[in-house]
Formats: sequence, C-alpha cells, structure tokens
Amino acid sequence: MASNRPKVEDLHLVNLTKTFGDFKAVDNLTLTIPAGSFFALLGPSGCGKTTTLRMVAGLEEQTSGQIKLGDEDITFLPPYKRWVNTVFQSYALFPHLSIYENVAFGLRRQKAKDIDNQVKAMLDLVELSTQAQKKPQQLSGGQQQRVAVARALINEPDVLLLDEPLGALDLKLRRQMQLELKRIQTEVGITFVHVTHDQEEAMTMADTIAVMNEGRIEQLGSPIQIYEHPKTAFVANFLGQTNLFEGTVAGIEGDELVVKVKDVTFYVPLASTEIRSGQIVFGVRPEKVKIVDQGKTGLPKNQINGSIKLTAFVGVSTQYEVITNWGQEISAFEQNIDPSDLGRPGQAVTLAWEPRHSFVLDPDQDLTAGLDTSWDE
Amino acid sequence: MNIIKLIREKTLQVFSVLIIVYLMLPLAVIILLSFNKPKGRQNTSWNEFSLDAWTNICRDQTICSSFATSIKIGLLVTLISTIVGTMISFALIRHRYRGRGTTSLLIFLPLATPEVILGASLLALFLNIFIPLGFWTILLAQITFTISFVVVVVNARLAGMDPRLEQAAMDLYATPLQTFRYVTFPIALPGIMAAALLSFSLSFDDFIVTTFNSGRVVTFPIYIWGAAQRGIPPQVNVIASLMFLGSLLLVLVASLISKRRKAIYA
Repeated sequence: MASNRPKVEDLHLVNLTKTFGDFKAVDNLTLTIPAGSFFALLGPSGCGKTTTLRMVAGLEEQTSGQIKLGDEDITFLPPYKRWVNTVFQSYALFPHLSIYENVAFGLRRQKAKDIDNQVKAMLDLVELSTQAQKKPQQLSGGQQQRVAVARALINEPDVLLLDEPLGALDLKLRRQMQLELKRIQTEVGITFVHVTHDQEEAMTMADTIAVMNEGRIEQLGSPIQIYEHPKTAFVANFLGQTNLFEGTVAGIEGDELVVKVKDVTFYVPLASTEIRSGQIVFGVRPEKVKIVDQGKTGLPKNQINGSIKLTAFVGVSTQYEVITNWGQEISAFEQNIDPSDLGRPGQAVTLAWEPRHSFVLDPDQDLTAGLDTSWDE
Repeated sequence: MNIIKLIREKTLQVFSVLIIVYLMLPLAVIILLSFNKPKGRQNTSWNEFSLDAWTNICRDQTICSSFATSIKIGLLVTLISTIVGTMISFALIRHRYRGRGTTSLLIFLPLATPEVILGASLLALFLNIFIPLGFWTILLAQITFTISFVVVVVNARLAGMDPRLEQAAMDLYATPLQTFRYVTFPIALPGIMAAALLSFSLSFDDFIVTTFNSGRVVTFPIYIWGAAQRGIPPQVNVIASLMFLGSLLLVLVASLISKRRKAIYA
C-alpha cells in the first residue's frame, strides 16, 4: 500500500534508560529490531517492556539514551511526528466517534487524500465493513481489538507497537486473534513490536523474542532458540516448565561434557557451553524426559532413578512429579498414547533423556528466578 | 394469603405513584392557579376560570422586565462561569503545580459558605471599593458561586476520562491543539453542557446573594418576593407554567433524539 513512502526502516534503541525516582524501569537497553520483523518483548509485569514501548511511541520521555528509525534520530520527536503507531492495551478507541471515524482519524490529521477508499479497504482487511457506523461500545471485545489494529495500521507506520493487545480477550478469541495478527503482519510487511507477558502468545506470533527482566534483556533469539537453549534460569523458568540440576564437571568424553550431580553421571553437549570445569547448571524440559519402569534397557544416555510422587492426567499428556533419592523433584510429561498405563505414586521409575536435549545455563544463576512471576496476572 | 401476595407485588408501584404525586402536586397547583381569576389580591384559592393572565402576561410591566433581566444575567453568568470554570477544571485535573491544593480549596469554599454570608461579604466588598450596586454587581456575585459548581461538574467528567484517549490521538498524528479539538473537548462536552445548565438555573433563581448586591435592579425572584407582600398576580403562575412546559419540551426532544440514535445503530 505505502509505495510513496520510503521503505520501512530498522528500529534502533541505544543505551535507553528510564528511571522513576530510584526505580530503574528500563536499564541501559540496546536493541535493534529489524525492519519487517514480528518482534516480541516478553516479560513479567514490571519488567520495563511497556515503558520501553511507550518511549518508542514518544508517550514517555527517556531518562537517557537514543531511539532511531533507520538513520533518523527520533529520540526527542513528539508522538505525532513519529512514523510509529500504537495499539493500546484496552484499545483506547474514541468513544464519541464511529468505527469509521476512529479508523480515519490518523489519515484526517495527516490531511491524506482518498481517505474514504483507504478506510473501507482497511475495514475490509479486519472484516468490520458492516460495523462502520457503530460506536466502539456497541462492538464486542474482539471487534474493538480489530478496530484498534485497523486504526493504527491504516497510517502505514514504520513500526506498529502492540501493548498487550490481546490481554482483555478470552482464551479462544485470543488464539484466533494471534493468528489473525500474524496474518496481517505478513500481509502488510510492517515491523510489529509486541509487548506481552504470555510466553505462548510471544512464541506463537513472533520471529524474534526478547525476554526482559528488571529493565534488562535476559536473552534474545527465535522462539525455538530461547525455548530450547535458555541461557539463564529466569528464561528457562519463564518460558514454560523446566528441570534444573547443579553439578560439577568431571571430564570430557567425545563431544560431550560429563557432569556429576551427587553420584549420578549426566552428559551435556560440549557445544552448548564454554564451561570446562568446576560448577555447572544444566537443565532439561519435562517433555523431553522419558519415564519407564526401573531396569529397562535401550534408554537414552542420561538416566536417573526415582519414585513417582504425583501423577496428573491433563488430556494431551500425563504429567509426573518424580522424586530423586536426594529429594529433588523432576517433572516429566508423557504424551497421552495409552492412558490405561499410568504410573502410580510410589512406583519406582527411571527417567531418561538424550544428552542433546540438555541445555546449560550461564554461570552464577539464581535457580528460582522467574518461578514466581510466570503465572501472575 | 392472596392479600399478602397482592401487597407484596403492588407496594413498590403504590409508593412510586405516591411519591410522583407528592412531587408533582405543587406544579399542578401552580398551573391550575394560572387559569384563576383571583378574588382580591392573593391568588391562593380557586375563584373562577379565566384566560386573562395568559392573554395579558405583561400587564404589570415589572413582571416582564424583571424576567428579561434575570434571563440576561443568567445567560451572561452561564457563559462566563462555564468558560472560566472549565478552564480551571482542566488546570486542576490535568496539571500538577504549586498552589493546586489551595486553588482547589478556594474553589470549593463558596459551596460550603452559607449564601447569606457570601451575599453580605460581597456587599461589604463592593461598597468598600466603590462599585455601584446593580446589574454588574449581581453578575459578579453570582459568578463567584456558579463557577464552583461548574468546576465540580466538569472535574467529574474529566477525572473519568481515560488519559490514553489523548495519547492515542497524539499517536495518530494529532497535534496538542487538534487533540483538544477532536478528542478532549468533544468527550468533555456533555459535562460542560450539564455545568452550563446548572449554572443557568442557579443564577436564574438565586435570591439571597442577589438581593444583597442588586441595588435598584429587579430580578425575577426579587420581583416575586416583593409581590408576595401585596399578593402575587396569576401572571407569575403563567411564567412559571411556561418555564415548566419549556423544560419538559427540552427533555422530550432530547429523549426522542437519543431513541432515534439507538434505532439507527440497532
């Protein structure tokens, strides 16, 4: 659609900092968001993700640092002079204007030509053509959400900012809108920066995820990268469940690092870490862990014995809590293929997983980081 | 048993009707007596039906001139206090500045002051700074308290307004001035209109503060107060009836418009 405007530019945040009194909401953040990508800022409430977004929009003034769109420094531009538009949490639709006028608002301010056709095309894109003359409060939550997206998108900004845009919707509608937003983003090719505390939402939609905690980026990468190879305990815990082990390096065997935890030997890929000696923390996701009766053979290389503490049948899978002889609880999710064969509490079992499914954290981690924050809100 | 059930079902209706009757009875009496031809000076008991008062409203010149004065003062007071009050309200709600608390307190003070005191103090003030009593002193005196009502009403509207609406407007390329014109003002408008109506009616029927500061100018309430000593002519009832019917008409039109709007959107 936007052929007369220069092509979409990368968004650069350089040493961006925002303090409220003594509290550092955003702490020296440096980040480049490539043009045309679907980028998610993921983190618990209070991690600084929304503040970052508002600084990009120009609605919050940074304490220090720089924001650039391509080569243009937009750090001190007022919001109405930035080629950036926002989809607000709870939408902030203008209650006194019709859906049509809400969508046309940005174009009218820019004195654009041919507003009528553009608004109609945009309402078609979000499938709201029949609702054009209604007022926002006459629409359902999902429809209002689409109006908010249309109202921002029609201006063809370089960057579209989405501030928890699906937070007010129920689960089913949220899933539907996730795919819808993904479709729209692919169609228009604009950079989307999406703020959310919902890790599944971030993984479903984004090409790149930045996990934020206490004003800093903990880890940046594709959904698969950060899920499969978290670098910190916070990321490991925040993105779904995880089992973490503290051990000491006992040597190297081929392309694997040998790690002793108590008296049990584990293997982790050599490529996954720089650590070659001393203390090490590694982990494995519960869905990679097989649970079998003790004494079976032909199992993956990493093995540990224990007894079942808890069995929870959740439909798609059965979730086990297994307790080791030193008292650590380990989760294992088994795909639900034959539900008559559930393990019972107290049963002695062996847990096993492939060494390549292990990931190693950076040194000096607080293993409980991100545990208490992942389920709030 | 049936009786208990009947009572239970009808109690609310009966009481509602009784309360409406209680509220409407004085109005009915006023309208009824506007068609009376009073025996003697006092128009307090029914004598005989007549249209005299309706066909000859301005028989006593002062009725109509005082009515016109009150309308004129009311409109001016409304205009000034609505504009200034709305601006004060924006300052109070939107900005944090030194002396904001004091301003807020000073605004609310006239609401808590008994009108007699307010009127007497203003009189003392006007006499001391040699402003001749009359039209302008009435205006000034009324504005001192109508402004407070405007601020209170507009405050309520502004405080309930989501600040993100203005942020959204600015995000959508509206300059601060355009944001005010296309978003803030239209959304605050119902509150401002309500404040204007309130200050008009407060001004129109104010008696206490006005008497102190009116000099020789006669407003409608002052005329009625004076007439009450000698006997209120039925023309006053006619004007009261007309005003009642006028506001009724406004309410009807408003509800018709909103019904029609709903029908369009449904």
